[in-house]
Amino acid sequence: MKVTSYRRGGGGGFAFTPESLEKAKGFIARYPEGRQASAVISLLYIAQAQNGGWLSPPAIEHVAEVLDMAPIRVHEVASFYTMFNLKPVGKHLIQVCRTTPCWLRGAADLTRACQETLGVGLKEMTDDGLFTVMEVECLGACANAPMVQINDDYYEDLTVERLLEIIEALREGRTVPVGPQTGRLCSAPEGGPQTLTEVPGSKAGKGADTDAGKGA
Amino acid sequence: MLQDKDRIFTNLYGAHDWRLKGALARGVWDGTKGLVALGRETIVQQIKDSQLRGRGGAGFPAGLKWSFMPKENDGRPHYLVVNADESEPGSCKDREIMRNDPHRLLEGCLVAGVAMGAHTCYIYIRGEYVLEAQRLEAAIAEAYEAGLIGKDACGSGWAYDIYVHRGAGAYICGEETALLESLEGKKGQPRLKPPFPATVGLYGCPTTVTNVETVAVAPEILRRGVAWWTGIGRPNNTGTKIFSLSGHVNTPCNVEEAMSIPLRELIEKHGGGVRGGWDNLQAVIPGGSSVPCIPRTVCDSVLMDFDALRDVKSGLGTAAVIVIDKSADIIEAIANFSHFYMHESCGQCTPCREGTGWMWRVMTRLVRGQADLEEIDALLDVTYEVEGHTICALGDAAAWPIQGLIRHFRPELEKRILDAKKFGQVAAE
Repeated sequence: MKVTSYRRGGGGGFAFTPESLEKAKGFIARYPEGRQASAVISLLYIAQAQNGGWLSPPAIEHVAEVLDMAPIRVHEVASFYTMFNLKPVGKHLIQVCRTTPCWLRGAADLTRACQETLGVGLKEMTDDGLFTVMEVECLGACANAPMVQINDDYYEDLTVERLLEIIEALREGRTVPVGPQTGRLCSAPEGGPQTLTEVPGSKAGKGADTDAGKGA
Repeated sequence: MLQDKDRIFTNLYGAHDWRLKGALARGVWDGTKGLVALGRETIVQQIKDSQLRGRGGAGFPAGLKWSFMPKENDGRPHYLVVNADESEPGSCKDREIMRNDPHRLLEGCLVAGVAMGAHTCYIYIRGEYVLEAQRLEAAIAEAYEAGLIGKDACGSGWAYDIYVHRGAGAYICGEETALLESLEGKKGQPRLKPPFPATVGLYGCPTTVTNVETVAVAPEILRRGVAWWTGIGRPNNTGTKIFSLSGHVNTPCNVEEAMSIPLRELIEKHGGGVRGGWDNLQAVIPGGSSVPCIPRTVCDSVLMDFDALRDVKSGLGTAAVIVIDKSADIIEAIANFSHFYMHESCGQCTPCREGTGWMWRVMTRLVRGQADLEEIDALLDVTYEVEGHTICALGDAAAWPIQGLIRHFRPELEKRILDAKKFGQVAAE
C-alpha cells in the first residue's frame, strides 16, 4: 500500500501546453466515447513530465478538468500508483530494485552505495537537484539482477562500481548505454545463448519474401 | 532438451530485428488470415484440445477460459485485455516477448480476439516497462500500416483494434479485476467475483483478461497443430514455456524449454548450475514469489510443471525460478517477500492490509531471532487467517511463502531464536 502525504500548496498553477494537450487527446481517443477517464494514467504521465518529474496538486486537478473527472478521483489515482511523484524529485530518479531476486545478488549494496556517494537518504533529493534515490519493489528484470531504473531506463547486471560510474557519468551529463552493463544480450545467459543457435536462418526468407500477412 | 525448431520465441534474446520485417522472416503473421478464417469455435476447440494452460500464474485451461465469453452478442462490445503487468518477483519473460518479438504478441491478440468475438484489444503493460511499451506502439503502427490489424485485419474481414495502456506501478494490477479497474481509470482495487469478467468486465462488457505468453503462443499452436504442442511436455502440462532463472545460478537467463523439464536439468543446462555447485543449493522458489519454496531434496527430482509442483505443495506460477544457495539467509529472503506484499497490498480487505504488515513485522524479528518459539506457530496461524479471506489472491500469495518457509525450514527458525536467546543471556550476564 502506497503511503503518501501531500505537500500543501506550492507547485504554482498548471495547464497543459498545446503539445501536451495534443498528446493527451491522442490517448483519450483510444477509449470509447464517455470513457475518457481511462486515459487518466497517461495524462498524469504527461503532466508529470511537463511539471519536471512530479505532480503538484494543481497539475492533478488540471488533469481532472481535462478529463471531466471529479478532482478527488484523480487525486486517488495519483496517490495510489507508485510512479507518480507527489513531491519534487531530482533530474535523475534512481530506483533501486530491492526485491528478493535482486537482493540475492547485492541490491542492498547498491542502495547503500547510492546513498553514501550522494549523501542523501531514501526519497531525498541532492542539494543540486540532480539525484533522488529510492528503493522500489520488483521491476521485472530478475534475470538481469541486480538492476536499477533511472528515469525511463533500466541499467542491469550491475556492480557497485559500475553503478557509481553511471552516477558520475550522469552527473557530468554524459550518456550511458542502457540495459545490461556486462555487454550481454538482453537476458541470454552470460557467455552467449545455449539455445536459438540454429534459428532464424532455417526460417529466414520463408515469410520475408512472400507477403505472408496478407497471404494464405 | 527442446530443439530450436520447436521454439516459438526465436528472438527471445533480441539478436534479430524486432520490427515487422524481421518478424515476417521468423514466420510471424504467416497465414494469419487462414487462422482467423478457422472461426471462433474451431479456434477455441483447438486451444482446448492443446491443453494450453494460462501462463500468467494460475494455470487455468486457456481454451476453457476463452469459451466463457458469451456466444451471442447482446449488443455490448467484447474485449480482449492482455495482461502485460508482469510484476511477480522473479518473472521477467513477458518483457522479452514484448521488446524482442512484439509482432508475435500482436498476432496472438488478433487470433485470441477472434476466438472471443472481440474487435478491440487493450494491452495493459506495467508502467516501468517504458521501452517495451514503445516497441509495442511501434509494432502496432507497423501492423496497421501493413493491414495486419485495423478495419480488415489480414484481409479476413475482421475489424480489429489494438491499443497499449500503461499502468503506473502497482503489482495488484496484475490481478485481472484490479487491472480492469485500473484500465477504467480508477485505483487498482480488485472487484468481487461473480460477476466474472466474461460476463461483466471492462466498462461492464464481456471481457477476457489473459497473459502475454498465453496469447503469443496461440497462433503457433494453430499453425503447427495441436499434436505438435501436446507432443511436448506431459498430459495436462503441454507445450513450451519460458522459464526465468534468477538468483544464485551462474548464468541467470530466460529460456524457452519444454514444459515438465526436470528442475535440476533446467538449472544446470541453462542457468550454468547453482553457484558453488548443486550441493550448495539451499532452496528454490520455482514459480515466482507467490509460491512456497522447495528444499534441495525436492529440487533433486521435481519436474517443472503445474501438476508436479502442486504435488510437492508448491506451484509453477509464472515459471520464475529463484535459486537460493547456502550463503543466503533464507529467512531474510522470505522476509523480503513479506515486505513486498505489505507494500503491494491495495488496502481494500482488512486481513490483507493489516495481515501483510503484521507478517512482515514478525518475519523481521524472526530474521534476528528476536521472538519466542511459540510465535512461529502464531505466524503460521495468521497466514491461514489471511489466506482465503480476501477478495483477491494477494493475501494468499503473501501467506504461501511464509508457509513454505515454516514447512521446510522450521529448524532454522528455531535455531535462530534459541541462539538469540542464548546470546542475549550471555550478554546480560
